[in-house]
Amino acid sequence: MVNYLAVTTEVLLTAVLLSVIVYDIVVKDKRYRKMLPALAGVGISLSAIVTIGVFNDAGTQSFPGSLFVLDNFAVYFKNLFCFAVTLTLCFSSDYIMEQTSHPGEFIGLCVSALLGMCIMASANDFITAFIGLELMTVSFYVLAALAKDKGRAGEASVKYLLVGAASTAIMLYGISLVYGAGGSMIFSEMKNNVHLFYGVGVAGVSMVIIGFFFKLSVVPFHMWAPDVYQGAPLPVTCLLAMGSKAAAIAMFMRVLYTAFPILANYWLPMLAFFSAVCMVAGNIMALRQTDVKRMLAYSSIAQAGYMMAGIVAADAAGMKAVMFYIQLYMIANIGAFAVLAAVEPKWGGTTHAHIAGLAQSAPLLAAVMTVSLLSMAGIPPTAGFAGKIYLFSAVVDKGYLWLAFVGFVMSMISVYYYLMVTKAMYRDLTDFEAETAAQPLEYSPVVKLVALCALVGTILLGVWPEPIAQLAGRAASAFMM
Amino acid sequence: MENMHALSQILLFPILGALIIAMTPKEKTDSIKQIALGAMVYPFIITLIVYLKYDTNAGGMQFSEYIPWVTDLGVAYSLGVDGLSLPMLMLTEIIGITSVFSSWYQEKRTKEFFVLLLVLIAGVTGTFVACDLFIFLLCYELVVIPIYIMVLIWGSTKRVPKEYAGIKLTIFLLMGSAFMLVGIVAIYLSAYPEGMRTFDLEKLVLSSRLGYLSSDFQIFAFFLLLMGFGSLLSMFPFHSWSPDGYAGAPTAVSMIHAGVLKKIGGYALIRLGLMVLPLGAKFWAPLIAVLAMMNVLYAAYIALVQKDLKYIIGYSSVSHMGYVLLGFAALNPVSLSGAVGNMVAHGIMASLFFSQIGYVYERTHLRSVPELRGLSHQMPNVSLGFMLAGFASVGLPGLIEFVPEYTIFVGSFGVYPVISVLAISGVVFTALYILRMLAKAIFGPRSVKFDKYHDAKGFETAPLVFLGFFLVILGLFPELFMGVIRSGITPMTPMLEKIADAPTIVDAVIRYVGIGGGLW
Repeated sequence: MVNYLAVTTEVLLTAVLLSVIVYDIVVKDKRYRKMLPALAGVGISLSAIVTIGVFNDAGTQSFPGSLFVLDNFAVYFKNLFCFAVTLTLCFSSDYIMEQTSHPGEFIGLCVSALLGMCIMASANDFITAFIGLELMTVSFYVLAALAKDKGRAGEASVKYLLVGAASTAIMLYGISLVYGAGGSMIFSEMKNNVHLFYGVGVAGVSMVIIGFFFKLSVVPFHMWAPDVYQGAPLPVTCLLAMGSKAAAIAMFMRVLYTAFPILANYWLPMLAFFSAVCMVAGNIMALRQTDVKRMLAYSSIAQAGYMMAGIVAADAAGMKAVMFYIQLYMIANIGAFAVLAAVEPKWGGTTHAHIAGLAQSAPLLAAVMTVSLLSMAGIPPTAGFAGKIYLFSAVVDKGYLWLAFVGFVMSMISVYYYLMVTKAMYRDLTDFEAETAAQPLEYSPVVKLVALCALVGTILLGVWPEPIAQLAGRAASAFMM
Repeated sequence: MENMHALSQILLFPILGALIIAMTPKEKTDSIKQIALGAMVYPFIITLIVYLKYDTNAGGMQFSEYIPWVTDLGVAYSLGVDGLSLPMLMLTEIIGITSVFSSWYQEKRTKEFFVLLLVLIAGVTGTFVACDLFIFLLCYELVVIPIYIMVLIWGSTKRVPKEYAGIKLTIFLLMGSAFMLVGIVAIYLSAYPEGMRTFDLEKLVLSSRLGYLSSDFQIFAFFLLLMGFGSLLSMFPFHSWSPDGYAGAPTAVSMIHAGVLKKIGGYALIRLGLMVLPLGAKFWAPLIAVLAMMNVLYAAYIALVQKDLKYIIGYSSVSHMGYVLLGFAALNPVSLSGAVGNMVAHGIMASLFFSQIGYVYERTHLRSVPELRGLSHQMPNVSLGFMLAGFASVGLPGLIEFVPEYTIFVGSFGVYPVISVLAISGVVFTALYILRMLAKAIFGPRSVKFDKYHDAKGFETAPLVFLGFFLVILGLFPELFMGVIRSGITPMTPMLEKIADAPTIVDAVIRYVGIGGGLW
């Protein structure tokens, strides 16, 4: 009997997607059209809740031929994705309705990207994983282009498309080589396949990993990220920085731990090396950025490095750390981007000069921005600190003391550029600036709510990480058994 | 509940105050100041009660609180005070409440100022009452960012821009804490096998006593901690943030930073470095002693040629931290209690200095010694503050600094005779730069340009009265704090005797050279 329950989330999300499209076509009244982001958000949250309801701890549910599995791990990530997309739609609802040319399509594409992410979290064979990955990436190509009459969106989307296509080609070629060597597409069947040790197999595995490196914008495959982040509309940048990254990490972990554990002695040192490169290069390049969006792009490269360090630990503790870290990174990202979404339309940009004086115009937003950025840097009492303790204690436990050392030193260096943003917001204004910037900033109550949630979430996770850590821990230990 | 959660009240009351201020409209500056004062007076009184009720005969951790917090990491919300931390806690509260007095006329963005100030004080308090490393770290790093913002907004630009001063201070401390974090994670992982891991300080000490931490590991981990806490204690050559930072910071931040925050370094070196990693401490002790001597002499020399009052006191505090390090390096009960005592003494003295400088600077906008002449004619009360702090700094008997400094020399002379003698000679230079400063800035002919400024009156004398009181009382009755400190240090005596013969870096060098010579 086919267990359709395993695809509940995906079915529901498809329904949400179709409803969004229909709603967009049918409803013409401006008042009702404005509710579209909210409706989509409600739909997504409902699917997430139903997913939790359907899944019980009884064990893994799988679709025919174990191409598609719903385990603790997948549920954790699916909820994360739904949570991230819902909150992004919430804080950017005004932004979407006013700043983009096709709000209906925009929201629809967000949902389809979310659908892709969910498939990636559950995929247990290369073809399904690839479908999820492409569904997500293609949606993002279009999303990045949707504000094409504005600034650099055109450049961003073309760049993203070209690099994305190239990385897809590399990954597909790798998959075909792996299939040639291992004789299967299903992750769990490849587990102990010694044929992967053939030259063809090793080459294939390397290419798959490089494909992931592109998606995760790991140095030296990161060139696309800053331009795309800067050019794309704000909510898209937010989703790219956390959603697409988290989905790639989820799939990456499943591929590495389920399909290629036999080659661990090859990819572990490589991953450790690239993780260190990412942390160093990402943080150093971020130092001189003055546009907050672009700075967040470089910082997300560094964040990918931290998460990869957790993957290097390759045990339940490391996996738990990565999952915990992704959660807190998402909250911090939502906080930071919610602030930017409130500021950018009003003040015309996101550079340090644009956000000057935010502490006087909107003290709450300035506080949320500061706390979110400090969480990314890992300064207590924000969640980032607890996350880094989880991550690096898992890494040191496996003997990679140097990696933890690089991580801690670089995260302290990163405080510099995060503090530059704080400085811009809090510093004294010149008389000229004071005339324009010191007025109170108007922003919608939804943004305020999301920002407050991010603030509270970040601090709460920092001083009391236990609940989420346990959740992540359960998912990780179930996976690693 | 026997102890009524006294320490939690001390820790959380300032945070509560900060929250209430955050919700107060920013126009109501008077209410904001009153709330801030209230949020400091109450914990001060509780601390005083705790201090008096602490049983020095029993010793050990008292007023303990324990709530399991993050079980998978082994973190517990665990508080307690012993003879080491209690004087530091008392110091924090004294300086905390004085810093609120000193900022009473802060009119610029008052609300934000007091929110940050209270968070800062809560963070410092937390480091001294925490019995759990995780809570300690949480509180320690909590203070860094408020300080940066405070320097940025309320700091002053003189020799260096305040932006530069702020970021320099922050980066130095954060880089130090990166080393320290690696060290702490390494200790955490090595102390116990998986499943039993804990951040509980007493259990970590136990693990070290049971021999789970090898000698090589201790040497390595202590080095990391020394980098971290040493730079916080402005140990040579990581001291250069300290004068610039103090000069750029607003008065209250200079007071707290020089008065207590810096001392977290020394406190943690004893609490964590010495107690958990005794062999590591022993190994690096000679190096620390040499660096301590450099601290004392080098900083005193530089202070001699400074013109800016804040730089003189900044370098003076670097110099005094050398005594603390020397006391630590000698590793015997006498010198250690001297080191802790010196931290308390210097805290009160330095914050008195900074509060008086702050008063003068707020009125005259001058800080340079040649430009300030004969202030005693116009400001006798402020001059009294300068005199008290200055004489304490020189080590005049009857004031707070004398006994701890003397104790340090008594303790360290037997261990490092040459270094101790050299370091004692620092007292001469201290006298030189302090007396020169007093003679020029405070005494001398009356200058008419200062006639329009009035002396500290009424509420403005609160810091002087408050800190001056402790400066004199604790100087006349040193047993009031030295007794408590001794009750904290004495239990370490068996451990200190045990490591007395452990190899040091000198032995390692000799062995290395010996082997090298043999090969040669």
